[in-house]
Amino acid sequence: MRYRTLFPRDVFAALERMQHEMQPSFDWSPSIRGGSGDRYPAMNVGGTPQSVEIYAFAPGVDAATLDVQIEKGVLTIAGERQVETPAEKAAVHIDERFAGRFRRVVTLPDDIDADAVQAKYRDGVLHISIARKAAAQPRRIAVQ
Amino acid sequence: MSDNTTKPAEEARDERSLLPAVDVFEDAGGITLYADLPGVPRDSLSLQVEAGNLTIEGEIALAVPAGMEATHAEVDLSRYRRAFSLSKELDTEKVKAEFANGVLKLRIPKAEHAQPKKIEIRID
Repeated sequence: MRYRTLFPRDVFAALERMQHEMQPSFDWSPSIRGGSGDRYPAMNVGGTPQSVEIYAFAPGVDAATLDVQIEKGVLTIAGERQVETPAEKAAVHIDERFAGRFRRVVTLPDDIDADAVQAKYRDGVLHISIARKAAAQPRRIAVQ
Repeated sequence: MSDNTTKPAEEARDERSLLPAVDVFEDAGGITLYADLPGVPRDSLSLQVEAGNLTIEGEIALAVPAGMEATHAEVDLSRYRRAFSLSKELDTEKVKAEFANGVLKLRIPKAEHAQPKKIEIRID
């Protein structure tokens, strides 16, 4: 799910966000898999020359029930979030939090090593770090 | 309990923040609030009750390797903020907070005098 910014009526922020969402990035396919707005978990992707870093903002999930898979260059994160339901006689004033099953898919760059993956769940964020293949890493060439 | 997050517009311009998703339930004994604040460690969460206003703030701290360049960001700010005005029957002295796995649970009980009393309807 997308976290709205504090001041939604700020036109410049809205424009900036629109522009941001339309910008394609090399390891992300927003077009065929839908927009990046309003999805659970919200995801950030980054990279270093040695690794690809994926952060899935999945608060309130039992880490043991998370299913993370890499297949054919695609990373899939799936699971289920159960939220506390109100008591029978309670009034629901605000109901915004995501509940239920989720599945998100990210295309990975070609140079990743699917056998060198680390996944950690902390403070409600699933952090997946995938190493790039050694051959793909930049090497300095000594000039004789 | 009403959402007045958009009121301090001046403040918001200076420091943009994310609006955390919340659930708010009310039963006879009080109000229960759940807020999603993923990425916020316990010591970076701040809860404040002042002049009938409840403010939830948190700073995201992620383990980011040196030299990482972001290629896609749906969470593009590092701080959450949301404020609510509380009504006077709520007992702000007895607020209970739990925070685990990025989810905050707040229980704000109603003051003793505001606890429910069944009102009898007499039909003459």
